Amino acid sequence: MMRTFKKGGIHPSENKLTAGKPILDLPLPGELRIMLAQSIGAPARPVVKPGDVVTVGQMIAEATGFVSAPVHSPVNGTVKKLEPTRTPQGIWQDSIVLVPDADNPFDSSLQPRSEEEIGHLSPAEIISIVADAGIVGLGGATFPTRVKLSVPEGKRATTVIINGAECEPYLTCDEALMNVEADNILKGALLIMRATGATEVIVGIEHNKPDSIAAMSRAAERYPEIRVEALRTRYPQGGEKQLIYALTGRVVPCGALPVETGCIVDNVATAYAIYDAVYNRHPLTHRLMTVSGEGLTSPGNFRVANGTPLSSLIDFAGGMPEEAGKVIAGGPMMGRAVSTLEATATKGLSGLVVIPESQARRKPAGPCIRCARCVAACPMGLEPYLFMLQAENQVWEGMSEHGVMNCMECGCCSYTCPSSRPLLDYIRLGKQELRKKK
Amino acid sequence: MKKLIVSYSPHIHGGGSISRCMWNVVIAMLPALAVAIWTFGLPALSVCLVSICACLLTEWAINRFMFHRPFTLSNGSALITGILLAFNLPSILPWWMVTIGAVVAIGIGKMSFGGLGSNIWNPALVGRVFLLLSFPAAMTTWPTGIDSGFEGVVAATGASAPASASDASTGATLLTHLNSAHGTPSLSDYNLLDMSIGHMNGSLGEVGGIAILIGLAYLLLTRTITWHIPVSVIASAALFSWAFGGNPVLDIFAGGLLLGAVFMATDYVTSPMTPKGQLIFGFMIGFITIIIRRYGAYPEGMSFAILLMNSFVPLINRYCRPSIFGEKERRAMA
Repeated sequence: MMRTFKKGGIHPSENKLTAGKPILDLPLPGELRIMLAQSIGAPARPVVKPGDVVTVGQMIAEATGFVSAPVHSPVNGTVKKLEPTRTPQGIWQDSIVLVPDADNPFDSSLQPRSEEEIGHLSPAEIISIVADAGIVGLGGATFPTRVKLSVPEGKRATTVIINGAECEPYLTCDEALMNVEADNILKGALLIMRATGATEVIVGIEHNKPDSIAAMSRAAERYPEIRVEALRTRYPQGGEKQLIYALTGRVVPCGALPVETGCIVDNVATAYAIYDAVYNRHPLTHRLMTVSGEGLTSPGNFRVANGTPLSSLIDFAGGMPEEAGKVIAGGPMMGRAVSTLEATATKGLSGLVVIPESQARRKPAGPCIRCARCVAACPMGLEPYLFMLQAENQVWEGMSEHGVMNCMECGCCSYTCPSSRPLLDYIRLGKQELRKKK
Repeated sequence: MKKLIVSYSPHIHGGGSISRCMWNVVIAMLPALAVAIWTFGLPALSVCLVSICACLLTEWAINRFMFHRPFTLSNGSALITGILLAFNLPSILPWWMVTIGAVVAIGIGKMSFGGLGSNIWNPALVGRVFLLLSFPAAMTTWPTGIDSGFEGVVAATGASAPASASDASTGATLLTHLNSAHGTPSLSDYNLLDMSIGHMNGSLGEVGGIAILIGLAYLLLTRTITWHIPVSVIASAALFSWAFGGNPVLDIFAGGLLLGAVFMATDYVTSPMTPKGQLIFGFMIGFITIIIRRYGAYPEGMSFAILLMNSFVPLINRYCRPSIFGEKERRAMA
């Protein structure tokens, strides 16, 4: 019996249309619009002005606090202007517009660090390299990684967990990365181990990715501290608390950070970014994204420069299909609907999924028949049906008493409801009301 | 460029629907329906049809003229109530009584609370109990001569049983005997094979034990229901039957126990939300049923047991909440 998490969960159609597809470099667009707010926390502050010439990896906006991350130029080029760009959700936010050099956009004088130099790095030095490289959690949460690596006073990290679950349907960029960069991901994982003082690394991969499991296991043979574990395919396995339980049997207490259990969880792409920053001095300027969906003629896994318009991603995947109705930034379970393709790629974007119009609209909601499927599906052991009734009647305190703040918004409840009730919408409403009151 | 549709996540749905759940239940009831028609003949079919038509018509009329709501019959829930009510009636009940039962079941049992999802008690059982209290004689008059033509089967299997209940006394079911005999019967007095294939007397849907179990298997395989309620009802009835000196096998196959455990106690709307709550619910139904059968004035107690426990569902839900992942650890930390 393969390991998995304890409570609830669902198994949606995997639809990994791009599994096994090679990684292709997305062609550079005429201009890159690089957002200043690319992580949770404070947006970065620009340190360049229009007309400045920038080089590959140069910092163009600096962090403005502990929970904040700097932003770097993916190319050699010129700063055209500083002006707002719309986010995928249509909100205007500040950005830096860069025009890449026509001739040699990627020429770089960055020199890799020697193995010896890397061997002598102290934990604080590793964390500072990670901070300076603008690395954030690439699983979608975009939490600045330097914060995660800074183990709070009085806590001790024992186990680094590398998240290769990729439990969202359609997305395959983590899988693609594991297939070709297994050894470098593990080098990144070992750096996380050193930075946090942990003693072991466990890589969790769902068993629907046999190639990745094989590649990572083979690479892990060299490192006695690293263990690769195949997990039964089940959503939301990639949830931090779920993954920690699946791999170690430890339970993160409600309201506490994962480090309470001694675990530090990072996505495979984050581990790779750490490797790239420490070994090659490359800050985080590119990432892998999956562009997928039933109507696309050439869906795939693309290496995308920060600031690339979403329309370029769709064009490279064969153009917007006639029947397309919705584009999702991220996976279909937790991703957010895109309202404009003028928006550009950011560090947290794991891909775009195009949904045909016929499946893009929700079915009308019916009455709750108390079938209890939402209760059975909730990985946090909550009662979504009750939350919706409470939210409809504005019983916010009741929602709080029943633990609504533990909801991680994985969407299993809405997915499984035979009455198509928008359970998660009402849960979000309740959480928002409760946050306002605090 | 055309406009994109936006909405909150999740952007995909499992594809389940109320009508799929309900139609699965209808399919699961078909074997028992077939046994009913085989055992009781065409009268059984006519009771069924009258009950179904009256239920559908009542729901349609209340929706149309009182609630002014759109058409809801296609979700199949009124159809289930119709079939279940018929399953709880004798095959020779006059059509107008069936109709009254159906109107009460849907009108009072379901729609008076606001329709599907809002009712407290199982609608079909509300209809049945209303009829039982209003027309006690008609509701306990069973057809005679059910056995004729089946002696051959009994003989061929070499069973030594003298006869099944209906042979000994018309107008009584096996449970009438169990009740009056006060727990002394043994298996040799009754033919289990007869009981399990529908060769005994009783209400329409309760006579075919094997057919009901086939329905249960279908419901479990299609994941329409979980095992907790049917298993706990049957296990607890068997336990208390044994504890009170009865014969567990007889108590399970006689009367409406299987029918109730599989199709009535498992009604989504009127059963608890968590596995733990469902186990308590089922356990208590089995217990109350046996108490009524042994010591009550009625030979059968399944309907009362389910209705009684339906009333406790909000309380059970309150005290059998799922445990929040990490809550125990939070308390341990504090």
